[in-house]
Amino acid sequence: MSDNILEVKNVVKNYANHRALDHVSLTVPKGVIYGLLGPNGAGKTSLIRIVNQITGPDEGTVLFDGHPLKENNIYDIGYLPEERGLYKKMKVGEQLLYLARLKGLSKDQAMDKLREWFIKFDIKTWWDKNVEDLSKGMQQKIQFVATVLHQPRLIILDEPFSGFDPINANLIKDEILELKEKGATIIFSTHRMESVEELCDYIGLINKSKKVLEGKKSEIKEQFKPNTFSLDYTGHINGDNTTFDVQKSRINTEGLVSATLEARAGFSSNDILKELVDRVHVISFREDVASMNDVFLKSVKL
Amino acid sequence: MKNILLIIQREYLTRVRKKSFIVMTILGPVLIGLLYAGIIWAAISSINQKKIEVLDQSGHFRDKFKNSSSYVYEYKTGSLDSLKNNLKKSGADALVYIPANVFNQPGSVKIYSEKGVSLEVQSRIESEIENEIENIKLTEAGITRSTLENAKVKVSAETISLKAGEEKKSSATAASVIGGISAFLIYMAVFIYGAQVMRSITEEKTSRIVEVLISSVKPFQLMIGKIVGVALVGLTQFGLWIILTAAIFTVGGRIVADKVQKAPEALTEMQMSNMPSEAREAVKNQSAVSKAMPDIMGAVSTLPVGTILLCFILYFIGGYLLYSSLFGAVGSAVDSETDTQQFMMPITIPIIASFAIAQIVIRDPYSPLAVWASMIPFTSPIIMMVRIPFGVPAWQIILSVALLIAGFIFTTWLASRIYRVGILMYGKKITWKELGKWLFYKV
Repeated sequence: MSDNILEVKNVVKNYANHRALDHVSLTVPKGVIYGLLGPNGAGKTSLIRIVNQITGPDEGTVLFDGHPLKENNIYDIGYLPEERGLYKKMKVGEQLLYLARLKGLSKDQAMDKLREWFIKFDIKTWWDKNVEDLSKGMQQKIQFVATVLHQPRLIILDEPFSGFDPINANLIKDEILELKEKGATIIFSTHRMESVEELCDYIGLINKSKKVLEGKKSEIKEQFKPNTFSLDYTGHINGDNTTFDVQKSRINTEGLVSATLEARAGFSSNDILKELVDRVHVISFREDVASMNDVFLKSVKL
Repeated sequence: MKNILLIIQREYLTRVRKKSFIVMTILGPVLIGLLYAGIIWAAISSINQKKIEVLDQSGHFRDKFKNSSSYVYEYKTGSLDSLKNNLKKSGADALVYIPANVFNQPGSVKIYSEKGVSLEVQSRIESEIENEIENIKLTEAGITRSTLENAKVKVSAETISLKAGEEKKSSATAASVIGGISAFLIYMAVFIYGAQVMRSITEEKTSRIVEVLISSVKPFQLMIGKIVGVALVGLTQFGLWIILTAAIFTVGGRIVADKVQKAPEALTEMQMSNMPSEAREAVKNQSAVSKAMPDIMGAVSTLPVGTILLCFILYFIGGYLLYSSLFGAVGSAVDSETDTQQFMMPITIPIIASFAIAQIVIRDPYSPLAVWASMIPFTSPIIMMVRIPFGVPAWQIILSVALLIAGFIFTTWLASRIYRVGILMYGKKITWKELGKWLFYKV
């Protein structure tokens, strides 16, 4: 047993004429939602395929729950690929049963689980429908069920919200959170920073085949915080401040001023506030935080 | 292993339950049955009795024409003109006019009819008249019937020895027929089911289900499961075709047999005895046709049926496995079915070539070409099946099967190397060089 469900150590993967992963190491703790980020072509899919044992690494090791990845670990992993696909001419029920049994469930176990999910998603009438008769969103739901049906300990979702309307996207989001509560770990690969912001506890960022960044989301945001403050006040700030510089300032109606302040080296928010309190009437004072979007753009540019 | 079984089960069940499979499996034998029924029906319905009037002015032919199930003769007197005019009214199919001087002018015999006379009727009447004239002339020349009969005995003795040779020949015919049919069935099976494997792999790739699947099973398992599943579908379909065809033919045969047999039997019993010898020969020939079926069955029973069946199954499976894995490799390499053309060529050429070689092998099943082609795994499933009914030494069969097994292990290995790379490769224009590189990729 290990605290980390997945440890990727120094993995290298070469294709015919390029290196998809260059000594990448990542650590995914148990019971978290881990955002695997990176621009297109950064190597995310290659990494996910290695974890799924679709391909093997050229160098390096992958540990699952502290042990080198074994063949039967595929039963502990659920994978929703970015490019969704189901057998079009197969009935929904049969198809899910088949996929579940390939993941090691017995027929009875699979039926029990399926019954739960069909009730939960209220899709009982779909059982005997051919997949091609369902809408794209419905197919996505079926595929999500197929991914999590065998209660995997590690769930890998590649762009899980694409193709969903807001209602269904919310439904899936709730399911993801519920799965996490039940103890599963979720790796979540996406370009949508707002869902990373909302869901992820940890993030790892890959760019140009290399790991750029990894850690707790809160710590990374702390690390990337711009060290600026948003201030609304009335009154006047003279140029002789000791703790901060005014970056931007804009006068609103009725003398209210909105300003962005940058802390000078060595001074904290409290120091700035102390200085301000003596001079102006503070209406609001807030430390600016880095959005995931900023983090992403800054790291990728580096 | 459990996963392979699951995959086989799915591949098998989804295909067998398809409407197109059920329709094809049932319709195939029914269509063949109907085709034969049509032929037999046409044959039977043409045996309606023909009524033929005879106006014999020579006086030699009265009651000489023999009635049969096909022909009834009525002897008339009176003027030719009135008979001609009444022909339609009397309901007769033809009127034969034999003038008084027929002995001197054999060409003066005339046959009148409303609808035209079939060649069969014409030659029959001609030969009857010729026979009778011959008889009369023989008698006039002082040659007795018995002298003639004696002469005929000699001839028929020769016929017997000839017949023995014919029997041998008919067994060779049966061998060619059985060999040809098995070769054709294998040829069809390789194409039909090989293409099914290819199409279904491309479908899995383009529908992207394959990525979900190979996160659960090994690509090799997926490929083998599919190939075996489709093979079982093929065996089921062929098995059902054979059973259904056999059933249709036995049931249909029973119904038809009565009708077919009645005609020659009646002929044999009633008229054989008092028929001129040549007519008798003709009757024999006729009944030989209706006896052709049991004859072939008899000839088949002289063939090594057990060996043929066993080898058919072996070569059916072996040939299918060899080619379907190659078809599968092509299916995995392309993005859509339309791209398969360039890769199909090298696979289909040996199949078509072996079918062409089979035509030569049927004529000479022991030629060096035949022996070599029945050893090379790419041609052996078709060529060896052509040769086996003629009798092939056991060591050749064993060597050929061993080579075939080695062959499909090789093609399966080759295919699996291409498959594992191909199924995850999208939007790339695949060349032969590229495929070659995939063989040595480390995955």
